[in-house]
Amino acid sequence: MNIVVCIKQVPGTTQVKINPETNTLIREGVESIINPFDENAIEAALQLRDKHGGKVTVITMGPPQAINALKDTIALGVDEAILVSDRAFAGSDTWATSYTLASTIRKIGAFDLVICGKQAIDGDTAQVGPGVSEFLNIPQVTFAVGVEINNGVMKVNRLLEDTNEIVEVKLPALITVVKQMNTPRMPSFKGKMKAKSAVIPTWGAKDINAEDGKIGQKGSPTSVVKIFTPPPKGGGELLSGSVDEMVDALVKKLRDRKVC
Amino acid sequence: MGIKVINDKCIGCKLCIPACPLGAIKVENRKAIIDLDKCNLCGACPSSCKFNAIEITKEDVRVVDKSQYKNIWVFAEQYEGDVHPVVIELLGEGKKLAKDLGVELCALLLGDADIEKEAKELIEYGADKVYMATAPELKHYTTLPYSTVISDMIRQHKPEIVLFGATTTGRDLASRIAARINAGLTADCTGLAIDKETKLLMQTRPAFGGNIMATIICKNHRPQMSTVRPKVFKKATLDHSRKGQVIKSTPKIDQSDLLVRIVDMIKDATLKVNLAEAEIIVSGGRGLQAPENFKLIEELAGVIGGAVGASRATVDAGWISSHHQVGQTGKTVCPKLYIAVGISGAIQHLAGMGSSDIIVAINKDPDAPIFKVATYGIVGDLFEVVPKLTRKLKEVRG
Repeated sequence: MNIVVCIKQVPGTTQVKINPETNTLIREGVESIINPFDENAIEAALQLRDKHGGKVTVITMGPPQAINALKDTIALGVDEAILVSDRAFAGSDTWATSYTLASTIRKIGAFDLVICGKQAIDGDTAQVGPGVSEFLNIPQVTFAVGVEINNGVMKVNRLLEDTNEIVEVKLPALITVVKQMNTPRMPSFKGKMKAKSAVIPTWGAKDINAEDGKIGQKGSPTSVVKIFTPPPKGGGELLSGSVDEMVDALVKKLRDRKVC
Repeated sequence: MGIKVINDKCIGCKLCIPACPLGAIKVENRKAIIDLDKCNLCGACPSSCKFNAIEITKEDVRVVDKSQYKNIWVFAEQYEGDVHPVVIELLGEGKKLAKDLGVELCALLLGDADIEKEAKELIEYGADKVYMATAPELKHYTTLPYSTVISDMIRQHKPEIVLFGATTTGRDLASRIAARINAGLTADCTGLAIDKETKLLMQTRPAFGGNIMATIICKNHRPQMSTVRPKVFKKATLDHSRKGQVIKSTPKIDQSDLLVRIVDMIKDATLKVNLAEAEIIVSGGRGLQAPENFKLIEELAGVIGGAVGASRATVDAGWISSHHQVGQTGKTVCPKLYIAVGISGAIQHLAGMGSSDIIVAINKDPDAPIFKVATYGIVGDLFEVVPKLTRKLKEVRG
C-alpha cells in the first residue's frame, strides 16, 4: 500500500509569547515544528504501513528550510520525503496549495491513500485536505479519529461536533486526521542515523508539471489585505475577600450582565 | 509578482518586524530587508508600514466576468430536518450584506423530499428565494453528492457570495466546492462587510490561534465564499408573514459520487449540550485531580444550563470523552460565558476559548495564565469555591 502524507512546518506555538505592549506574537527565535495534526497523520500512515506493508512518502510545500521537517519524518520511519519548493509557489492560498500538493502526488505516481492533518495550527483553515482530494478526483473523509482497511475498503470513524460518524470508502481516498487518533512515536536511534544521510529531493513547479496560472500568488483567488491584532479584552478583575464574598461578588456581576 | 522595500520611503522604524508572521524581516542600516526565502507574500507587512514603504505587486491571471454574478447565498445545512442554528445567523448577516449590495438573499437547501417545512422556515427568517434540491441520496450529508449538486447550481445561477457555517460539514464541503469551481474561500470568518468602493466582501478571520486577525478579499474570482464561525452573528428574526419563492430541482446523483457510505452514527450520550452551540460552558482541567470530580463541573453547568467542556490534559488522561475538549486540538468555542475551573490556561487552551464574551477563572495558582484572559478571577480552592458557586446560583435563579 502506497501512502502519501502532506505536512506543513508551522511556528512552534508552545514557545510563542505575546508581547504585552503590542499584543502580537513574538516570533524571534521561535522554532519551526511539524504541524501537530500532521504528526498524527504520519503516525497513522506508519501504523497502516506496518500492518499492510507498502511505503510511506511525506511531502511538504515550503521554503528550503522545510527540509529539516522532512528529515525529522525520516527519523520516525518514513520511507521517502520530497520537498516541493520554488519561488513560484510564494503567496499561495489554500486553493493554490491544494493544487500544488495534488500535482506533486500525481507526479509521485500510484497511491492508495493520502493522509493530512485536519488543519494547520497557524492558519486553522482545514481547507487543504478537501482541496487536494478534489484536484486528485478522489473521495475525502475528514476529521478521522480511527481507520481500518480490509481488502481495499477503508472504514473510518469521523469525530464530528457531537457524533461519531462511521463511513466506508473504497481506496484510493484521502483522510484528514484529528489529534485523538493516535499518539505519535518518537524517533529511534536508527531512524536518526538514517535521517542524517537521507537525500531529500526538491521539486520545483516544472518538476510537478504545475500550470503557471494555478500556483503561487497568481493562482490564489484570495489575498490578505490587512492584518491586525484583535482589540485587547478590557476589564480583567481579580475578586478578593473570603470565598463566600468572592462567590457572592461573582454571582452579582454575572447576574448584572445577564449571562446567567 | 513580488515584494519590495522602497528604500526612499523606509525610515527603519522596525514596525514591520513584529508584523511578519514568518520572522522574515530585519532592519540593517535603517532599511528593512526582507528574506525572500522565508517570505510567503502574506501581506501583513505592507499594512503595518506607516510610510507605504513595502509593496507587493500581483499579476492577475484567472479572471472571470464578475458582472454576471449576483445575489447572496446561504448554505442551509440541515440534519434530519433540523436547520443548523448557524444558518439562521448567516441569514441575519447575509441580509445586511444583501442590503448593502442591493441584491437578493437566497438559501440553498438540500435533502430528501421531506424538507418543504424547512424551506418555508428559511423564508420566514429572511430568505427571498430558496433553491431547494431534493434526492433520496441527499438525505444525509456526504461530501461528493452535495459538492456536485451545489457546484452545478452555482455554475447555473452565479451567486456573487456564498456563505457556509464553519461546522465540520461546512468546512468539509466548502473547500471541495471552491477547488472545483475556482472560487476563493476564506475559513472560519468572524467578520463580514461590503467595501463601499469596490463592493468586495471583506472577510475577517482569526489566525495563529486568535492572536492575529486578517482581512481577506477575493478580487477576481466568483463567487466569493466564506465559512463563518457559529455564534458570532446575531440570529435573523422570525417573521411568519414573510413570503418568498421556492425554486425546486431534483438532480440525479451520479454513481461516481456515491463512493462514501455512512454505516453508523453514534451520538455521544455524555454530551447534553453541543459545545459549539452552547451559550454557557463550564470547563474542568487537571485541577479537578480525579475523573469523578467532573461531577462538580456537571452540577454547576446543570444549574445554569451550560455545556461541559474539558482541557486537553483531562481528555488525554481519559477522564472525559474527546467531544468535550476545548482548545487548539479540540473545539474552538465562543460562548457568552466561559467558566474555567482548575485550568491553568496553556496557550493551546486559550486559543480555543479566548474569544468568549465573559471568562471566569477559578484556580488556586494566582500565576496561572488563565487569569490574564479572565474577565473575573477567583484565586482559591475549586473544591470549596465551585460547590458554593453552584449553591448560590441555584438560590438566586430560584
